[in-house]
Amino acid sequence: MLTAGIDVGSISTKAVLLEDGRFVRGRVAFTGYNAEAAGRRIFEEILQESGLTEDAVGGIIATGYGRKSVSFAGRAVTEILCHAAGARYLDAEIRSVVDIGGQDSKAIVLDADGRVKTFAMNDKCAAGTGRFLEVMARALEVDLDLFGALSLQAENPARISSLCTVFAESEVISLIARGEKRENIIAGIHESIGSRVSAMARRLGMVPPVMMTGGVAKNAGVVQALGKALDLPLRVSPQAQLTGAIGAAFLAARPE
Amino acid sequence: MASTGEDKRKVKAVKKMKDIMTTYYIEAKTAAQTGRKVAWITSGGPVEPLLAMDVIPVYPENHGAMIGASKMGVDLCEKAEAMGYASDLCSYARSDIACATVNGGPIGGLPRPDMLICGNNICGTVLKWYEVQARYFGCPLFIFDTPFCHTEFNDDMRRYVRRQVDEYTAFLAEACGRPFDFDRMKEVGRLSVEGQRTWQQVLDTAMNRPAPISAFDAFFHLALIVTLRGTQIAVDYYRELLAEMRERAAEGIGSIPNEKYRLLWDNLPVWYRTKWLSEKFASHGACLVADTYTSAWCGSLKYMDENDFLGSMAEGYSRIYLNIGVDEMADTVAAMVDKYGVDGVVLHSNRSCKPYSLGQYDIQRIVEERKGIPSLMIEADMVDERAFSESQIDTRIDAFMEVIRNRKN
Ligand code: SF4
Repeated sequence: MLTAGIDVGSISTKAVLLEDGRFVRGRVAFTGYNAEAAGRRIFEEILQESGLTEDAVGGIIATGYGRKSVSFAGRAVTEILCHAAGARYLDAEIRSVVDIGGQDSKAIVLDADGRVKTFAMNDKCAAGTGRFLEVMARALEVDLDLFGALSLQAENPARISSLCTVFAESEVISLIARGEKRENIIAGIHESIGSRVSAMARRLGMVPPVMMTGGVAKNAGVVQALGKALDLPLRVSPQAQLTGAIGAAFLAARPE
Repeated sequence: MASTGEDKRKVKAVKKMKDIMTTYYIEAKTAAQTGRKVAWITSGGPVEPLLAMDVIPVYPENHGAMIGASKMGVDLCEKAEAMGYASDLCSYARSDIACATVNGGPIGGLPRPDMLICGNNICGTVLKWYEVQARYFGCPLFIFDTPFCHTEFNDDMRRYVRRQVDEYTAFLAEACGRPFDFDRMKEVGRLSVEGQRTWQQVLDTAMNRPAPISAFDAFFHLALIVTLRGTQIAVDYYRELLAEMRERAAEGIGSIPNEKYRLLWDNLPVWYRTKWLSEKFASHGACLVADTYTSAWCGSLKYMDENDFLGSMAEGYSRIYLNIGVDEMADTVAAMVDKYGVDGVVLHSNRSCKPYSLGQYDIQRIVEERKGIPSLMIEADMVDERAFSESQIDTRIDAFMEVIRNRKN
């Protein structure tokens, strides 16, 4: 059976098709201001790409912040369950998941059977989220995609001490004014995220092996900083950004 | 069908409660005309001696809850911030301080106080808050200082607080211009204990499955044990409510239509979102069957002696939920988990209330370990809506209920 997962996040929307549990195709697009339209659009695109029609799909689950606005989905499931299911799909050994999303970071601990045991999400604050990185990329005028590679070249990561995104941004601006190297600033930003997210994850007690999921996992600098802060190696799948959507498509094959 | 189902779920006592509270506030607001004195008092403050002297007690915190519930908190908090108060200050304090200057809020402000009674058994914020108000209104302030009970209440503490009870009765005699009425005090003390006992029995009906009363109901019915504790009115009301709840329990009528999961709530309500939250949980078949907040007004019953109220109130007012160590708080929560058959704990990390929110991560961990049940932390504020993010809380509750459902199945 074909199943679909639609993950409407605050920044990007992801869609995945599975056939009898086998990965068929995934797709990523910007969410924009209309979550419902974003979900609908990406679903149509992925069907078209696969040469399929909607009635070929036996089950659809929506997840992410816009999960309740995806009217064509059979049901809505939270990111917590979907990231957990997606992580186990990608790597059956995983016992903990850390996801840095657009406006939410989460840490999840699974039991041996892959069921969610407990989870934590960041408090109402953009620090330690994907949005934080976006703000910093803008301040530095650096393409966010280059952040990972650049930070790995840092000799001496700068120290960013503010917890608040707005204050941290002004710290970054004064570092720029002082002539600090970009690489060092970026590495400092990653360390700041790493310590913030690891504090939340540690409170929960991470059980290895830990997987980092979500789009931010593409940034090798964050993965390194977070792994260091947690003192644990992090597993990252090439399909990290699609994890939530994969989990949704996987769960869609199961009865509620 | 559905409508009859909802009709039977309506609590009959609600109407009566509204009438009682209206009468209470009218009486308080017309005190100057009727020649009675008004005291402002903190929510955990020793109110009984006021009643013995026929002083009308008024609660800025109850008023704060009304401001929050009528969604007037943000305006008043912003006003206080414009006056120079930090946005980190408790939103009850901010709204009260601002409200006093404009007579705003849902009832056009509280009546002018003749005296202020401040018990610091709930927090340190109230000290400065009441000092500010004492200066503003130019009226006397009595501070009832209860030492923090980390692990015990020893004889030094007892003597220290007991002496203040005497100072308090002397203060009232002075403020009212007549000797303290010890005879009347006995009666008030007895009624106070009786009221607390009955309130506890009301809360205990939630042990039934389904629970006829939820924490959200209790947030509403709580008003009298706070404001009219020590009066016959409160005793009568809670007896009636108790009878109604027992009847509902016997008939199997739950507070929510389809109770599948039972949760415990920690910290103050989110006053401007109680309806949203109760419907949100109910949509998952979850009833909040117990909470640490409403039970705080009967939590120290075990220390009270109804035949020696003034003597025992030193301990009773010191050992309340917010004035004890985290270990004892965790013990209290764990005991409630057992008593009410709770499947999960929801903790409101309340930006305003530091003493309530400070130990929550530890309490969460202890209860999770000891009771093996999951818990959820949501961040908000009881009055200041700016600290509430609907989509984030929505996701957290959905995810939490998924975890609970998976565990129970
Ligand atoms: S800080 Fe907490 S205990 Fe103190 S007045 Fe505010 S809400 Fe009440």
